[in-house]
Amino acid sequence: MSLDQLYREVILDHYRSPRHSGSLEHPDAHADGHNPLCGDEISLDLTFDGDRVSDIRISGRGCSISQASASMMANAVSGMTLDEVRDLERRFKEMMSIEEGGEEIDVKVMGDLAALQGVRRFPVRIKCADLPWTTLDEALSQRS
Amino acid sequence: MIDPPLERVDLSRLRDDFPILQTEMNGRPLVYLDSAATTQKPVQVLDAMDAYYREANANVHRGAYALAQEATERYEGARGKVARFVNADSSSEIVFTRGTTSSINMVAYGWGLHHLGEGDRILLTTMEHHANVVPWQLICRHTGAELVYLPIDADYMVDLAGLDELVDSRLKIIGISGMSNVLGTIGPVAVLVEAARSVDAIVIVDGAQMVPHSPVDLPALGADFVAFGAHKMLGPTGVGALWGRPERFEEMEPAEGGGEMIRDVGLHESSWADVPHKFEAGTPPIAEAVGFGAAVDYLSAIGMDEVRRHEIDITSYALQRLAEVPDLKVYGPVDPAARGGAVSFTLADVHPHDLATILDQEGIAIRAGHHCAKPLMRVLDVPATARASFYVHSTTDEVDALVSALWEARRLFGLA
Repeated sequence: MSLDQLYREVILDHYRSPRHSGSLEHPDAHADGHNPLCGDEISLDLTFDGDRVSDIRISGRGCSISQASASMMANAVSGMTLDEVRDLERRFKEMMSIEEGGEEIDVKVMGDLAALQGVRRFPVRIKCADLPWTTLDEALSQRS
Repeated sequence: MIDPPLERVDLSRLRDDFPILQTEMNGRPLVYLDSAATTQKPVQVLDAMDAYYREANANVHRGAYALAQEATERYEGARGKVARFVNADSSSEIVFTRGTTSSINMVAYGWGLHHLGEGDRILLTTMEHHANVVPWQLICRHTGAELVYLPIDADYMVDLAGLDELVDSRLKIIGISGMSNVLGTIGPVAVLVEAARSVDAIVIVDGAQMVPHSPVDLPALGADFVAFGAHKMLGPTGVGALWGRPERFEEMEPAEGGGEMIRDVGLHESSWADVPHKFEAGTPPIAEAVGFGAAVDYLSAIGMDEVRRHEIDITSYALQRLAEVPDLKVYGPVDPAARGGAVSFTLADVHPHDLATILDQEGIAIRAGHHCAKPLMRVLDVPATARASFYVHSTTDEVDALVSALWEARRLFGLA
């Protein structure tokens, strides 16, 4: 596994120009994620329109993997229904745990997030990629 | 071209003593640059611990049989070695603990808890390790005392300009790192000792980095307590020491009670054994103490002046080579003689964890993170730094490998 496959251009692009960056004044849900071991931080605001994520804003500090994962996640879930978010969440977790020779990643569904598949070969970094998703989980649980 | 002036220590032979330095990481020869976190162990230490278990294992200070006597002699022999290593006047000035952190906690709960009250003050610096911050925060909660801090100046040295204002009758304890695990900065112990004396405060030195990396004469340092651990000086984890002045130990209550530390036990009252046993409740880490003794023997054989000289040489070489890498910022004093061998840095917008992953693939082990010094990270205004740290076995080749890998990081992040 080469580092070039981990640090793909699209990951560095999301790291340096995070999408949906910032916070919301009146969020319907909010959660802070924190990895005390490495210091990565994610702060996440959501608004809903019925069953749909109408807006998501993320701010944070951390490594390229955690911050790119957050930016890609925000891009992907914005406009999704909760069921779609849950489905994507499941697929992402699966992607982080697939053994070599396992199921192919559906790039059409995963979009930019597929670029993070290289992370699973670097086990200590999986928690970096996971952080935004566990934070999203917490925000969503506030709603239900 | 810089001449690496490292011939003074026979490095090639010395490296052979460390089995782990002959191994690979990710298919590359291991370049271990994380000695400030924990050091690797020479065979002499491993053999001493192994021999203890094979030949002499029994509980100490108990059984009347010969094996227990042998175990006790090896354990107390290790105490004597550590005492001589720091030039203590007597073995009873060395209390074995679980490590630097537990040594500091022992003073916090054994001395601080009983000598501090509402409005009293504890003076620290903003470069302290969490181990020399959090115990005092806990003591403040119990006693109503408060923490005050000396800041770090632009040259990463402790800023003493505001010291006089903080030294008054409220000041009871000064806690100072002898050598920063992040900046490498050598703490101004002598100045703080003098300040403390003027108001009858005590000084505790966090010696976690200082004791392993420089020749020390602890009684001459002037402090009241010095905490240090074995695993940062070629010894095993799980054991450390608290050096203290005998009169301060007498003022200190045991923070833990149990076997080993008593003279007599009644149903409602007990009396304590003499120092140092008074502070060593329960069965101690015997094999680890024996390993600690072997570690200080190893360092003494090299000579601590030589250890320090090598560290200045290798740090000096590293600082020069790192300065060649564009966008690399070092956090710490520039003068190698004013600092230890922990070199913290950042590279452009490459997060330290990404750097650590990239270096890991090259077989290079560095630390990335807040180094258990979050208040200092806020002062430096960075969430984390990367840190390369050196010890007796570090070579200029390893520094060169680090610098090459940093260029690779630049390429991966599109900075080349």
